[in-house]
Amino acid sequence: MALRTLSRKSLAGLTRNGRGGLGFGLVPVRGLKTFTLPDLPYDYGALEPSISREIMEIHHLKHHNTYVDNFNKALDNLEQAMDTGDSSTVVKLQSALKFNGGGLEGGGEPPKGSLGWEVDNQFGSLQSLKQKMMVEGSALQGSGWVWLALDKDQKKLSVECTANQDPLIVKGANYVPLLGIDVWEHAYYLQYKNVRPDYLKYIWEVVNWKYASEVYEKEYP
Amino acid sequence: MVILAVLAAATTPPPFAAPNSLTSALGPPWKGLTGSLGSPSSLQWLKKQRQCKRKAGTSSICAKFELKPPPYPLDALEPHMSKETLEYHWGKHHRGYVDNLNKQIEGTELDELSLEDIILATHNNGDLLPPFNNAAQIWNHDFFWESMKPGGGGRPSGELLELINRDFGSFERFIDDIRLAAATQFGSGWAWLAYKANRLDVENAVNPNPTDEDKRLVVVKSPNAVNPLIWDYSPLLTIDVWEHAYYLDVQNRRADYITFFLEKLVSWEAVSSRLEIAKARAVEREEEEERRKREEEEKSSDGEVAEIYVDNKSDDSEAE
Repeated sequence: MALRTLSRKSLAGLTRNGRGGLGFGLVPVRGLKTFTLPDLPYDYGALEPSISREIMEIHHLKHHNTYVDNFNKALDNLEQAMDTGDSSTVVKLQSALKFNGGGLEGGGEPPKGSLGWEVDNQFGSLQSLKQKMMVEGSALQGSGWVWLALDKDQKKLSVECTANQDPLIVKGANYVPLLGIDVWEHAYYLQYKNVRPDYLKYIWEVVNWKYASEVYEKEYP
Repeated sequence: MVILAVLAAATTPPPFAAPNSLTSALGPPWKGLTGSLGSPSSLQWLKKQRQCKRKAGTSSICAKFELKPPPYPLDALEPHMSKETLEYHWGKHHRGYVDNLNKQIEGTELDELSLEDIILATHNNGDLLPPFNNAAQIWNHDFFWESMKPGGGGRPSGELLELINRDFGSFERFIDDIRLAAATQFGSGWAWLAYKANRLDVENAVNPNPTDEDKRLVVVKSPNAVNPLIWDYSPLLTIDVWEHAYYLDVQNRRADYITFFLEKLVSWEAVSSRLEIAKARAVEREEEEERRKREEEEKSSDGEVAEIYVDNKSDDSEAE
């Protein structure tokens, strides 16, 4: 998916009981819940013309849904493995969880407030940040994500890339994702074909800076 | 030069020092390969040489790599693989790799090497250098187009079928294995049938199946641009599972694409002829190994003869 904005509405969809919580990071060790595919907080056609309705439908209902199903299966297997003390399976499942759980995270008004200020401070301008993300996203070989990350410890923003469905946290526990842009081919191919740079140029029209600002301000109120 | 984000390849670096120059990374296996296989013959996956000319007073100038067309028109694989897919996959992606590699290697020490040697040098024991992705993807795609044909599918025959039965139990089991490899390669990559007849310790990479016996067929999968040449396997067949290979035709349904490939597109003739070459190559390398061992033995026996000669001389001096 192009951009996963974890609004309260979609967070609520992550647990059967409708309780909030990010899921795999905060779920207790026993009594693992089943996850459901959260609804998008907008219509499938709402991101046109930057991202076509067709892409949004397939990306959400097929790819994202598959990750949710596989994540649930992995959790079931994990629960079984833990119950039987099968530690090697537990470790093996972590990659399944990482792969599929990573797929569960991830318009256009520029950031205001403290995040906007920090972007200008660190990158010179919003345009300069966009350019950097475009370059790094285009250069990523194969499948992955390009992130605007906040290093909590250093109190710095950075642009990071992860492979496949690896979540940002693989880069370091101190990283918090502010924005994630999916650069798997399925995120853009039907519309932009091989021209990933165009996709990375037009996606800024639908990026949710408001969410990014909320996350940033939560760290530094 | 733009530094491309590199992703870890399937191999881990073996415990020896990194080479100083790119070409020294080629090491004995590849130089031996070049030296012993004097006949240019039809070793299809080796030595895709370009024409290099020497201009007086300057280093040699090589022609650029060219985009090779598939051995059939772009619409010939319909309805199983659309013309539109070929137009983008070959006409944009594959072409892009060719154009980008030519730009990357111009004026560098890689410029005079064959495509295979560039792949091996820039694989750099898993610490990929920027030209690796382009070079390997050119090779992979050439190989992929030639792995298919209009009206493909069916079953293999002859020696290929015999080996498949021997090494997988049955053709159906082999199909299951390669289908699984293609379906489970996370993200972008390739699934392969390869002939494995190599030394178990390969200097340029770590063999991923060190306990398997030599001289057998294996199914392997690889991420992104990695291919079995880096493990010194002989590739026989490949399925591209990057999303761009199937997304326009079947979108997320990679399993359907794999089915079309195996049932309607695969060229078993191409696989068979590659097997023949792989076996011939294995025999030549064995003979080369024998030759080298014999030469080493002869050298050490020469040394003993020299000592005897010295003893004779001292006898003479005493006589005087």
